[in-house]
Amino acid sequence: MSEALLEVADLNAWYGESHVLHGIDFTVDEGELVTLLGRNGAGKTTTLKAIMGMVGRRSGRIAFAGAELIALPSDRIARLGVGYCPEERGIFAALDVEENLMLPPAVRPGGMSVEEIYTIFPNLAERRRSPGTKLSGGEQQMLAIGRILRTGARLLLLDEPTEGLAPVIVRQIGAVLRTLKAKGFTILLVEQNFRFAATVADRHYVVQNGCVVDMIANSDLGIRSDRLHEYLGV
Amino acid sequence: MFSFLHVAMPPLPLFLAQLLVGLINGGFYAILSLGLAIIFGLLNIINFAHGALYMLGAFCAWFLLSWLGISYWAALLIAPVAVGLVGMAIERLFLRRIARLDHLYGLLLTFGLALVIDGVFRQLYGSSGMPYSIPAELQGATDLGFMFLPNYRAWVIVASFAVCAVTWFVIERTRIGALLRAATENPELVRAFGINVPRLVTLTYGAGAALAAFAGVLAAPIYQVSPLMGVNIITVVFAVVVIGGMGSILGAVISGFALGVIEGMTKVFWPEASTTVIFVIMALVLLVKPAGLFGRAG
Repeated sequence: MSEALLEVADLNAWYGESHVLHGIDFTVDEGELVTLLGRNGAGKTTTLKAIMGMVGRRSGRIAFAGAELIALPSDRIARLGVGYCPEERGIFAALDVEENLMLPPAVRPGGMSVEEIYTIFPNLAERRRSPGTKLSGGEQQMLAIGRILRTGARLLLLDEPTEGLAPVIVRQIGAVLRTLKAKGFTILLVEQNFRFAATVADRHYVVQNGCVVDMIANSDLGIRSDRLHEYLGV
Repeated sequence: MFSFLHVAMPPLPLFLAQLLVGLINGGFYAILSLGLAIIFGLLNIINFAHGALYMLGAFCAWFLLSWLGISYWAALLIAPVAVGLVGMAIERLFLRRIARLDHLYGLLLTFGLALVIDGVFRQLYGSSGMPYSIPAELQGATDLGFMFLPNYRAWVIVASFAVCAVTWFVIERTRIGALLRAATENPELVRAFGINVPRLVTLTYGAGAALAAFAGVLAAPIYQVSPLMGVNIITVVFAVVVIGGMGSILGAVISGFALGVIEGMTKVFWPEASTTVIFVIMALVLLVKPAGLFGRAG
């Protein structure tokens, strides 16, 4: 078994007075693609935000590449090599495509070059001078993923990159995720669409009411699909 | 109705002289409202201390000259740096503590700071004001054929245009400007990309303060260096910002110059209205386009 790059233990998080995460535990190994599955409001997005230090208050342990993140502000966490792609994509309207792409600073050597990113996402190259939010939803999603590939981040936190996109775009994003995995990125993916998740992931954690309730290897997904359907209510 | 428009066309020199005064005032309005717009964009604070920072810039130039014999030209660099540092200290010591609260607290806090700074200077220097002479290089006037253009006034117009252009360029065309624009939209996300946003906030407030101080130094030889100079200009500048739209960079610059000129022209055609015209325009803009001419609603 390879070394865990990310180890989350007893992670609790609060938004103001409301206690959202109640002791999340999971690990992601170097080079793995792991998903957090669960219903709306289960705490998947909050888990990513808590890892990034973007919730009001959090406790527990978040070990990343030998560093403890729980007390660090989010800019320091990013600089350790964590790239974050938010659910709402977070494309800046006041910046053009290339400015959006160049916004996150390189935090470690070994990031992809702009040319490589444009090779993966040729649409972005054509529209590099357009305002970021004038792109289609799919292009915005590609921009949101593309801009964290330049920085040298080793761990990518992707929050529902397929949400609201047409099937053809979802397949493109699936291909991109497999390419990134082949390039050695470690990816933690939040998904509601487990059929999509099954095409890209190594393992799945099921999140319910702010806790991880199960772990399913992708190879077991077939025999355990009834259980998963029950978890997800599909 | 409109009988006031039936005045005879004023003589050209008067017209041009007021156009000049309008451009000069417009330059000050533009630089000050530019700083306010940048600060409001990133800090969400309506910086009532802006007039006090402008006044501090002028006083800084006066201290440098009368205590240390340091020239106007050096003051034009030193005063913005010094007042910029004061601004950064204000942000770190006061504004940061209320960053998570409603806008209103920032307004009250900066208003209080302005009262304290103004009060201290009035206590020390009275309210009559001290003269600051025009630098030797810019004394005199140039004969343009149709009018005499005072050299210093020409310089103020050129310098304020240049400062606005440079600021616009930095914000719209450079990396630091892209960070500023992005952090104005979504500071949490910019921070999650590894940018030290609190430091960016401090630098931005400092830059806004430096702009105000630069305007103060420019103004020193035209107006008296007086503790009241900030109070006198800031009300108009707030009206300019409301008209242009809070947080719009280009809007602040354009409406600053435009309203300065409109005010100057009103002095020619209807002098009694010249002190109120900007506020009348503000009221009209608020009725028709509450977010301001260049502002985005919401």
